[in-house]
Amino acid sequence: MQIYLPIAEMSVDVFLLLGLGGLVGFLSGLFGVGGGFLMTPLLIFIGVPPPVAVGTEANQIVASSVSGMIAHWRRQGVDFKMGAVLLAGGLVGSTGGVFLFEYLRDIGQIDLVISLAYVFFLGIVGLLMLLESVRSAVRRRGGKRTKLHHHTWVHGLPFKMRFRRSKLYISAFLPLGVGASVGVLAAIMGVGGGFLMVPAMIYLIGMPTAVVIGTSLFQITFVTAYTTFLQATNNQTVDIFLALLLLLGGVIGAQLGSRAGARLRGEELRGLLAIMVLLVCGKLLFDLIATPDDLYSLAASRQGGNR
Amino acid sequence: MSRRARPFRSLAAAARVGLGALVGLAALGAGPAAAETVIADLSKRLVAITTGFAGTDVLLFGAVEGTGEVVVVVNGPIRQLDVRRKARVAGIWINRDTMTFANVPSFYSVSASAPLDRVVPTSLALRAGIGARYLDIALARRGAGQGERCSRALDPADAEAPNAALKRMAPFCEALIRNKTREGLFISEGRVTFLPGRKLFRTTIHFPANVPVGTYSVLVYVVRDGQIVGSQTHPLVINKTGVEAEVFDFAYRQSAFYGLIAVVLAALAGWGAGLIFRK
Repeated sequence: MQIYLPIAEMSVDVFLLLGLGGLVGFLSGLFGVGGGFLMTPLLIFIGVPPPVAVGTEANQIVASSVSGMIAHWRRQGVDFKMGAVLLAGGLVGSTGGVFLFEYLRDIGQIDLVISLAYVFFLGIVGLLMLLESVRSAVRRRGGKRTKLHHHTWVHGLPFKMRFRRSKLYISAFLPLGVGASVGVLAAIMGVGGGFLMVPAMIYLIGMPTAVVIGTSLFQITFVTAYTTFLQATNNQTVDIFLALLLLLGGVIGAQLGSRAGARLRGEELRGLLAIMVLLVCGKLLFDLIATPDDLYSLAASRQGGNR
Repeated sequence: MSRRARPFRSLAAAARVGLGALVGLAALGAGPAAAETVIADLSKRLVAITTGFAGTDVLLFGAVEGTGEVVVVVNGPIRQLDVRRKARVAGIWINRDTMTFANVPSFYSVSASAPLDRVVPTSLALRAGIGARYLDIALARRGAGQGERCSRALDPADAEAPNAALKRMAPFCEALIRNKTREGLFISEGRVTFLPGRKLFRTTIHFPANVPVGTYSVLVYVVRDGQIVGSQTHPLVINKTGVEAEVFDFAYRQSAFYGLIAVVLAALAGWGAGLIFRK
């Protein structure tokens, strides 16, 4: 059954979209990842214009992160003060990102930048996960304790703030910077940025793991909501139909995934996800490097260009 | 003087088409046009893009007096278009050069009852814009060569007196036509078939799923001895209708409100899903 997507301006099989949403939802339920970094490239592969894929995916992430955030909130797993600072950074980063997006689109390089960003981040994340899962599968020795408190240049920054729930007294610049980087990624890649923010919160900011996920979901919910709004107003690249269909599949998939995840072994799962991430990365890289069928491409010229 | 050269850009598309055809006919010296009457009609005047739209065929049928060949030209709304060329930079293919073209029909199809190059001589093709290579596509922006036409850049006769701007344009013009053809938006080998008796004719115009919306003009020409001896114009409107159209309009006209709704819908859906599946 075909459906015509009004903003993407293409017709797609409804079941393909439901299936895609379900698959990525299943994976995100299974691995506890957001899934945006898988969904956006997959949408591009099925022919959705990259800008629409990015704008729409930001919209979908609002839905998938909001329920997680509420769940963590109930368990006192959200450091609201830290979340607010991360969010402030995120809003700045996302604003910059959306305007950068608009500029890149005008000069005809947005598709390239989206692909390059994905190749870069998927490559790094995929490799790290693969190494990690191999290491933990081989691991015999017990978990070595990392020092709770490292003193680095990071702690010399000014504007220190106290974050009671995270038990931290650190410079506000740190979470601001982390939030802003993630905001830029949300705008340009259509991801929540959890895969980047969670490690940064643990290793760079030094937050206790109990509040990391909830706080990151808090930031992601609001940053992607804001990004969706900006993409809709600046670039008109949010396709509500597409988002709703992906959502429907995603919600069901995520539930099935989290149930399946409870019964499966962790290391192998992570290894599998790593391989999938690397495959997607490889396909994107291949498309950048392989000689295109036609060196020329067409794009609608912006109005008012007839000077 | 030809209709193509006239600065009609500011007029509404429909007016442009109608006027253009009239002026064109007069300019083409179609004095004896009355001798050859052609009557044609379309199976639909309105193509609605709705949920599930996956392209459509419009049937054109008609009758003609005399021995002329029938040529059917369909023009979509005029747009400005960027043609980009990729180049390899550090192993990666990157868009490097861009040329902007004005007067590009977003859809263009030509069908004929006999091989086009035999029916329509180049001079007529240029004047009436019959055939993608003879369209009035002109270089916009950029100082050098501005206003130069693809029809000249692609004209083999002109290649002997090389003009740097035209030479640079030629591959971009070819690429424009090639890409449009691949997308199914330029169709150059349509067939008009005569029923036995050579009086009644028909042709199907295929509009793919990605067809642009707007007012189209369907021109039916009767060509004999390299002259247009009869013609008729029909408008055809392609529109998004139903929910899709409303969503699209809404997204562009009230984009802030649209963005808010998108966010609220997503948040509600996520929240609702959380409630449903919570144990």
